[in-house]
Amino acid sequence: MEGDDFMNSSSLKAEQMHHPGSGHGHPDPEEMRTFGFWIYLMTDIMIFGTFFATYIVLRHNTDGGPGPADLFDLNGAIVSTFLLLTSSYTCGIAVLALNKGKKRALIGWLALTAALGAIFIGLEINEFCHMVHEGATMSRSAFLSAFYTLVGTHGLHVTVGLVWMIALMAQLSAKGITPVTKRKVNVISLFWHFLDVVWIFVFTVVYLMGVK
Amino acid sequence: MLHQIKDFASGFFVTGDPLIYGADASIVLVAAAIVFTLTYFKKWRWLWREWLTSVDHKKIGIMYILAAFLMMFRGGVDALLMRAQLAMPDYQLLKPDHYNEIFTTHGVIMILFMAMPFMFGLFNVIVPLQIGARDVAYPFLNALSFWLFFAGAMLFNLSFVIGGSPDAGWLAYPPYSELMYNPGVGQDFYIWGIQISGIGSLMTGINFIVTILKMRAPGMKLMKMPLFPWSVLSSCIAIIFSFPILTATLALLFLDRYADAHFFTLDGGGNPMMYINLIWMWGHPEVYIIVLPAFGIFSEIVSTFSRKKLFGYHSMVYAMMIISVLSFLVWAHHFFTMGSGADVNAFFALSTMLIAIPTGVKVFNWLFTMFRGRITVKTPMLWTIGFIPCFIVGGLTGVLLSVAPADFQFHNSYFLIAHFHQVIIGGVVFGYFAGLYYWWPKMFGFHLSERIGKWAFWFWNIGFYVCFMPQYVLGLMGMTRRVVSYSWDKGWWPLNFVSTIGAVLMGIAFLFQAWQIFNGIKHFRARRDTTGDPWNGRTLEWSIPSPAPHYNFAVLPEVGMLDDWWEKKQRGEHQRSAFIAEEKLEPIHMPKNSGIPIVMAGCWFLAGFGFVFHWLWLTIPGLAGVAFCMLAHSFHYDTDYYIPVQEIKETEAALWKGTIS
Repeated sequence: MEGDDFMNSSSLKAEQMHHPGSGHGHPDPEEMRTFGFWIYLMTDIMIFGTFFATYIVLRHNTDGGPGPADLFDLNGAIVSTFLLLTSSYTCGIAVLALNKGKKRALIGWLALTAALGAIFIGLEINEFCHMVHEGATMSRSAFLSAFYTLVGTHGLHVTVGLVWMIALMAQLSAKGITPVTKRKVNVISLFWHFLDVVWIFVFTVVYLMGVK
Repeated sequence: MLHQIKDFASGFFVTGDPLIYGADASIVLVAAAIVFTLTYFKKWRWLWREWLTSVDHKKIGIMYILAAFLMMFRGGVDALLMRAQLAMPDYQLLKPDHYNEIFTTHGVIMILFMAMPFMFGLFNVIVPLQIGARDVAYPFLNALSFWLFFAGAMLFNLSFVIGGSPDAGWLAYPPYSELMYNPGVGQDFYIWGIQISGIGSLMTGINFIVTILKMRAPGMKLMKMPLFPWSVLSSCIAIIFSFPILTATLALLFLDRYADAHFFTLDGGGNPMMYINLIWMWGHPEVYIIVLPAFGIFSEIVSTFSRKKLFGYHSMVYAMMIISVLSFLVWAHHFFTMGSGADVNAFFALSTMLIAIPTGVKVFNWLFTMFRGRITVKTPMLWTIGFIPCFIVGGLTGVLLSVAPADFQFHNSYFLIAHFHQVIIGGVVFGYFAGLYYWWPKMFGFHLSERIGKWAFWFWNIGFYVCFMPQYVLGLMGMTRRVVSYSWDKGWWPLNFVSTIGAVLMGIAFLFQAWQIFNGIKHFRARRDTTGDPWNGRTLEWSIPSPAPHYNFAVLPEVGMLDDWWEKKQRGEHQRSAFIAEEKLEPIHMPKNSGIPIVMAGCWFLAGFGFVFHWLWLTIPGLAGVAFCMLAHSFHYDTDYYIPVQEIKETEAALWKGTIS
């Protein structure tokens, strides 16, 4: 009952008031959301950390099946690494365009970032299919279970990032650059760089140390 | 056709046990009664608008606590069934399989679906009020956290009548929890019930860290913050670092069961001890996660009811933060018997003993706060006083368990069972009860009967010692945990029988509490709290009316020092919000209600149910629904509104009516 009353009687809408949150003793809500996202990233580090630990513990448990040196193609992994690093670079340029208020450039650079990410995912799927074809499936050994889980979780994150980025491009073209969309671009760029950093660890621990 | 349906139903529903049939009937009857009542009184719309879609932290908190009480009932019935089975030797009330299920669900429900929501309920109701905020940092996420918890809890509880309950212990150790040994759906219910509610817990952790760090009233520096928010902060820090480990670990167990992976299996190179390490890297911080807020609650109560500033505020803050960090360095003390060698065991034994130091500091601080204080013994204080000796004994037996060589004797015996029940009931449950009684008038605006409350307290407290003290001795006599029965020649039955009497006393205590609440609701007009400050409190939540208006503070308070409200009262400078001049009022920015959280949690429930039964036709739409809800929320920009000044004035006038006239 209470809820109905105050909802109907509120003649003022948030959008009509400039800058919600300021002047009420509370910090800017968009700034607070970005801060919360940093904390979320810390929790994600814990998830990846757990999967890395599991991989490191189990990577020699090949159960007589193929090991890292038999399976991994370092060249493919290097190409993937360059693609993802480049996408981080284009994502950075997108944020520069955001700060200059250039909406079309921003969307363009985001689109390029997403395209590079999509190629990265395509290569990963291709690699997985190859390995499964050679009989190196998830159920073959503890090493392979840990490999698919670690690398696949990273891939899943990138995929979610892609969907999110596309949704964000739609919002940008509809709403333009506002405090809300600005925060959203900043947050996804944090996410994207974070995945890049995780990938560098994947590349080192899984691929470089694997084929050595 | 009929035959096929019969075939399906006999596997789908749990059959063959009269206890379960009784539960089936009661579930159907209760559900029908709820639907009938809501329809008869035309309350569906009210329920949807005021509660199910609410993003108000106070209402979400109340829903958490209500759910926690339901779960405490379920977990308590499990406990009584176990104690009934163990009361006499060679007793056959429960079959061994059923007994396994009951000790598993008892543990999971009490920790994850009772203690956690009870704790989150208190976080929600009190933290924003104590730090002078109008809501949590992310109200939408807060509602989503609650509904994810609720969906997970319901999914877990469903296993009891559909498919069969998990039976591999509360932490589901492999290899027994693996598909090879546990082919039923019980373990999958376990995984998804905890997984879904775990996401909610993780988000609550993030939410309260940001709330406490960013939303404090002007002037409230961290070291001027009351101790309860400090305890919440330390608990949430442990949440954000430990719950992801739980999520990852259960995901791996799920992959073992669902995708034939080999993380923890005995074949294919898997390593079951890897699971046990990982699960305790979450599990040990988890027990500190639930006990730290209880320490915060006791600190508030001791200070209020002794009419004294808390002794050693700074040391209290540091002690909690140190406990939060140390909790990550002790996990292997749960399995000294793993065989990791003397040096590893020595490290974990020492780090475990270290925790006794900050905990001891806290106990002395509470005692020194009471020393020469003007103590009034109301129910919240009674629980606090009951807690201290109980927790000291529990803590000391913990130190005994931490001695690695001795632990080889205690390991998995009733000595351990008695120890952790003593710290969890004596610390966590007593703490949350103390908090609930302390803040009840603030939450609901009326008092509960002190007389019935005292009966409940004494039944709980005496029942506790009668139940668990014999179990220490039983452990030393060689009785191990999880045994379904024992023979006459063991000589265990007298102590077991006494223990069962204690459990019944605690069951009676719970009934007293239920009676106390019904009695309070019945007489709520006569017991209204018109002061807003019934205990002569010290912190900001007592400066506003009971119950608090939806915006909490008409004007955000300026904080000058610790226990600001108390100090202002001493100087006569305190001002109730009814007297605030109209010019000072400004429109208040508030979040709008949203139906997305409950719908999204429902989609998770369906996806989880589909995973449990390997029904892709249900999993895929469920996950698609989750994704759709997230996108819908992302594209939704009209999420807040302003409360006009006129309405604030009217609300304040109505709330203070009867107090000031």
